[in-house]
Amino acid sequence: MEFEPEDQYAAHRAAARAWVAANVADGWLEEQEVTGNYHTPELHLRLARDDLLGAGWPAEFGGTAVDPGFARAVFQEALGLGLRLDGWFSTEMVLDTVLHVGTDEQKRDMLSAGARGEMVIALGYTEPSCGSDVAAAKTRAVRDGDEWVINGSKMFTSTAQEASHVFLLTRTNVDVPKHRGLTMFMVPLDSPGVEIRPVHTLGGQRTNATFYSDVRIPDQLRIGPVDGGWGVMRVALIYERGLSSPPVGPTWADRGADWARSVSRDDGSRVIDDPVVRERLARIAIESEMTRLLTMRVAWAVQTGAMPAVEGAVLKLLANESAQQHLSALLDLIGEEAVIQDPTSGSFPQAVESSFRKAVFTTIAGGSSEIMREIIAERALGLPKNRPALGRPVAYPLTI
Amino acid sequence: MDLALTDEQRSVQELFADFFSKESPPERVRAAEALGFDQSLWDAVAGVGAITMGLPEDLAGAGASTLDLVLVAEQFGRRIAAVPLIEAMVAAQVLARTEPGQVLLDELAAGTLIPTIALRPLVAGVARLAPAGAVADVLVALDGDELVMVRRDGQRPHQQPQRNLASAPIADWDLSAPSSQRAVLASGQQARGSYSDALSMWRVLTAAALAGLRREALDIAVSYVKVREAFGVPIGHFQAIQHRLADLFGYGDALQLLVYEAGWARDADPARAQALAEMSFLAASEIAFLTCREALQFHGGYGFTLEYDIQMYFRRAKAWPLAIGPLRDSYQHLAGSLFDAPNRQSLQE
Repeated sequence: MEFEPEDQYAAHRAAARAWVAANVADGWLEEQEVTGNYHTPELHLRLARDDLLGAGWPAEFGGTAVDPGFARAVFQEALGLGLRLDGWFSTEMVLDTVLHVGTDEQKRDMLSAGARGEMVIALGYTEPSCGSDVAAAKTRAVRDGDEWVINGSKMFTSTAQEASHVFLLTRTNVDVPKHRGLTMFMVPLDSPGVEIRPVHTLGGQRTNATFYSDVRIPDQLRIGPVDGGWGVMRVALIYERGLSSPPVGPTWADRGADWARSVSRDDGSRVIDDPVVRERLARIAIESEMTRLLTMRVAWAVQTGAMPAVEGAVLKLLANESAQQHLSALLDLIGEEAVIQDPTSGSFPQAVESSFRKAVFTTIAGGSSEIMREIIAERALGLPKNRPALGRPVAYPLTI
Repeated sequence: MDLALTDEQRSVQELFADFFSKESPPERVRAAEALGFDQSLWDAVAGVGAITMGLPEDLAGAGASTLDLVLVAEQFGRRIAAVPLIEAMVAAQVLARTEPGQVLLDELAAGTLIPTIALRPLVAGVARLAPAGAVADVLVALDGDELVMVRRDGQRPHQQPQRNLASAPIADWDLSAPSSQRAVLASGQQARGSYSDALSMWRVLTAAALAGLRREALDIAVSYVKVREAFGVPIGHFQAIQHRLADLFGYGDALQLLVYEAGWARDADPARAQALAEMSFLAASEIAFLTCREALQFHGGYGFTLEYDIQMYFRRAKAWPLAIGPLRDSYQHLAGSLFDAPNRQSLQE
């Protein structure tokens, strides 16, 4: 056993920093904070221009000659500045899935468009009436000759306002258990019948509700087999987990300690000298270290070719649950200054306030904490499945 | 980074898993509850070389790494074995570094002498509630500015333990008693440094023991909820139980990584070793007790009876960490390591 963390991208670090310094504009971070739009089109175009988006894909399907390690290092450096690359990450995850399950024509068309920065893909899984129970999707796709006609609605279609396509989970068969009647499509968002409505969130991010009324798309845009959508989604999930990388930079305990050293109470004593503050920060430090180790383990497992299902669930559960508690505790330690909302001010209390709101979604999105507990209970502890509706057909007729 | 145990580490783990499950089944633990010490288990532990395995090969040891000792302590804790193995390993480590201590090494390796360490400095010449104070023959302690060793002869137990939550052989050890043979091992800065390092090692190994303890408590709970029925189904069917067990699995999983890292760091990353020892100790204290508390709760009324094993785990999970003092002091200690150290180094570095 050996715990020394390795920088997989050490060889590319300096070049990646130089790329970011030369290409990331000063105002983008603030713009993302203010607008809640976590996809900066100009950044995306620059990444495409320098062949960073297609790095690692086979050349015959549009892959570029750039070292994927360099591309990954650039993404990390951008994230390290606080920028979000949500549009690219959902696109990459879907195109990796296409590479795995798509036809040669789809691979060629879609990956090359993705590499050129022309294709940005939003995820269309969750619906107004089903989130965690994603296989209960009711959005219908019905075959009509060489085309499919889609009707329904999706919730949390984040970055759809910037995207060219949505990777849409639809129901194509109502006569089988719900997991076996699903099909995935790559739906162009400029298709007639698609409507995008903004949804604003507690964390400041703008997401969307998207609506599909008699949207017609050719069969060539079906990804994977008819009624095989659940299997395609599982591939996408594996790629999502593979993205997990160790948190970079100081922990909330370190940042909290820096803040506590810099501020004094009315009686002149430093906040850092208060034993209650010290104990609270020490507790945060312990849990942050455990999160770091769990993250390292998932990254390590992925590197060694394993599929860390239980390990991924443990990481997601503990990391997000504990981070929420840490931020809440930091607000309590800071007091009245912590309620001021000014995420671009650069001050510690305002960074905590902003992160506190953003963290709320982390225990809900991408598999809620309850789903993670279910995975652990069933797969790691061998406890009985207890979902009442598992495997039964969805109740019809559909009401949308 | 390589988070898999090596083949050698896995064989240490398997050897001691096998050893403690055979030599310290629940009946043996129960039989030893009055004194908290099982002499024949101690002899067996010495027989497999566990007490001095961490010492260099030229000093009656096997040159095992701290991580190896962690793997042993984990299996020891899993079977809540009634021997003072951790204190003996730590005391042996201190003794092996000093001349008066080295004289004893053969007897320590053979198990004929039981060594222990006082986890708090002496007060007026007394080691209050010394671990294994009822049965140990050699005590390492910090007495003011001096790191000292005392030896006593005669039949075990040397005294009766004070009845306690862990059923451990703890007892006050008065070093001023006329029969004590006292030797100074080190003094001044060297004494304090050596003692502090010994406590750090104790924290890591105790964390490992608690990690093993919580693992067995979780296994006991999971097995129980699969067979105990209520309302017509096994109670493991209910989410109120499943989700809490899932949380405990996750905490335990993370704890095990932290404990292994702390063991590894003692040999490989000295800058972070002390903070990681304190972190692993505190995390283990909290998580082991929470696991036992929940496991006992899921037993319902039976959990409250002495007939079921879970209460033996519950009591030790709470009591073991307290041997070194109040947990709040340990949190302050950790805060000092993290936030005040002169060359403060981020753990994220």
